[in-house]
Amino acid sequence: MTVVTKRPAPGPGREPTTPRPTTHRSQPRHRSLTRALPLSPAVVLLLLFLAGPIAYCAYIAFTDLQLTGQAEDSFVGFDNFRTAFGDEAFLNAVWLTLVFTVISALIGQNTLGLGLALLMQRASKPVRTLTGAIVITAWVLPEVVAGFLLYAFFRREGTLNAILDWLQLPSQNWLFTLPILAVSFANVWRGTAFSMLVYSAALGEIPKEITEAAEVDGAGGRRRLWHITLPMIRRSIGTNLMLITLQTLSVFGLIWVMTRGGPGGRSQTLPLFMYEEAFQKSMIGYGTAVALLLLLVGSLFSVVYLRLLRTEV
Amino acid sequence: MARTLSSRRTTHRLAADAGLLVVAAAFVLPLAWVILSSLDTNANLQVKLPDGVTLDNFDAVLTPDITFTPLLNSLLLCGGGTALTVACAALAAYPLSRFRSRFNRPFLLTVLFATCLPITAIMVPVYALFVRVNLIDTMQGTIFFFAASQLPFAIWLMKNFMDGVPKELEEAAWTDGASSLQSLVRIVLPLMGPGVAVVTVFSFVMMWGNFFVPFMLLLTPDQMPASVSINEFFGNRGMVAYGQLAAFSIVYSTPVILLYVLIARRLGGGFALGGAVKG
Repeated sequence: MTVVTKRPAPGPGREPTTPRPTTHRSQPRHRSLTRALPLSPAVVLLLLFLAGPIAYCAYIAFTDLQLTGQAEDSFVGFDNFRTAFGDEAFLNAVWLTLVFTVISALIGQNTLGLGLALLMQRASKPVRTLTGAIVITAWVLPEVVAGFLLYAFFRREGTLNAILDWLQLPSQNWLFTLPILAVSFANVWRGTAFSMLVYSAALGEIPKEITEAAEVDGAGGRRRLWHITLPMIRRSIGTNLMLITLQTLSVFGLIWVMTRGGPGGRSQTLPLFMYEEAFQKSMIGYGTAVALLLLLVGSLFSVVYLRLLRTEV
Repeated sequence: MARTLSSRRTTHRLAADAGLLVVAAAFVLPLAWVILSSLDTNANLQVKLPDGVTLDNFDAVLTPDITFTPLLNSLLLCGGGTALTVACAALAAYPLSRFRSRFNRPFLLTVLFATCLPITAIMVPVYALFVRVNLIDTMQGTIFFFAASQLPFAIWLMKNFMDGVPKELEEAAWTDGASSLQSLVRIVLPLMGPGVAVVTVFSFVMMWGNFFVPFMLLLTPDQMPASVSINEFFGNRGMVAYGQLAAFSIVYSTPVILLYVLIARRLGGGFALGGAVKG
């Protein structure tokens, strides 16, 4: 992704235009309009179906619109936001979203992905291929299917408890006692491949001589990792952390299939809370206010991400 | 010295192999469940060898009601959405990659910014908006939204792939009087076949697996794609037939896995997409 910021617009097409000094002034403008024409279908689509809803989101977050379709929704100012910050269910959802993101993305996917990528560098080819195939399959599976597979895994009668029984460890009803942990592990299972791919690509770019030199100098594995490998891939770490945080913030289907946000809201992250307020409780205005907050957090992360890319130049 | 190094390497390799195999074993359990259960006459929620191997589960699921209609709906939605995405992205990428303009940079930054936005967050307002403009519960509305939500990333990828196509051939075509559209369709796109394939497959796979968008924007059961209809196994059919659920999951997941294998091999290893995302 370094490409966009690094190249000051390659502009291979400028050669035919610039060497003609005699054209009158209106022609370049006319030409640049014609040239921009192919952009128009994409721009129209993005304006109507992406920018439109975002603007609409910013509007109805300040109204009391309800699902029943009352004719006049009225402007209520910051009421929805005030309600939200006094609403225990909302604060609970914020907390759970934080827990979910930290456990499953920042700790789980990121560390496991890096660990796998590091191990893969040293492992023999068949093992590497096999592990890669399994981890990537978990990633490519549709979200809902992944949800069902892990629902089966964590259920009281499921595989995890069967293994714990066999090891004579205490089993429990994971989806009831620790639902947020269960869905976090589910997200680790589903998302680790992404970090693994990003880190494998990054590690592949470290010149072999550097690590070998350190090895000959007698630097042990841990010191090599800490002083050489990690500093050299730090940009990839930043990029990866931003991207997986954004992906994790918008997970809906996985949690919906596994727990529906329950029991008693104990795995209800913000997207599920937003859905419940908007549709089960018919408070579209309120649900949208929550959506707007989520969107703002997402935008903040996106901006930081863009800045990270820019400093790469 | 050399000997200790090489023997240390062997130990390292064995340790790395062992570590990977442990993770692989943990990751493979849910996958093993779906495969074994789909063949089991008496499947439950645990990974176990089938009581009796059978294809009855697939037989039971492969009916118009349960499988074919939802898959056809998925195909319509994702095929339509992907076609729209790829066409718009290819057109948009051309001026961005070929011509210099002071709007390129802000436009690309906006696109990149939009790539990162959590689409989940805007689904409630999209629903409200679609109700207002009568696009709710229509295939075309859902297709348009799918296309718009995938478009930022598709434009980004397509532009980067297009930058890799040398311009000399095109310049020859220009001097012969070919228009931009002609040189795009006849020269550039054929030269970036693998790139177009990646964008197409990636968009299709993302839409095929998407649950939330059709779940919100479609209401009629007959129009539901497989990602939503799979929940029926828990809802209306009473006792959950886990064997059938597993069989359906396999039928529904196979296309995206095959497509992924297709592009992964074409680009030499599974690291292509990660690389594309990273840069």
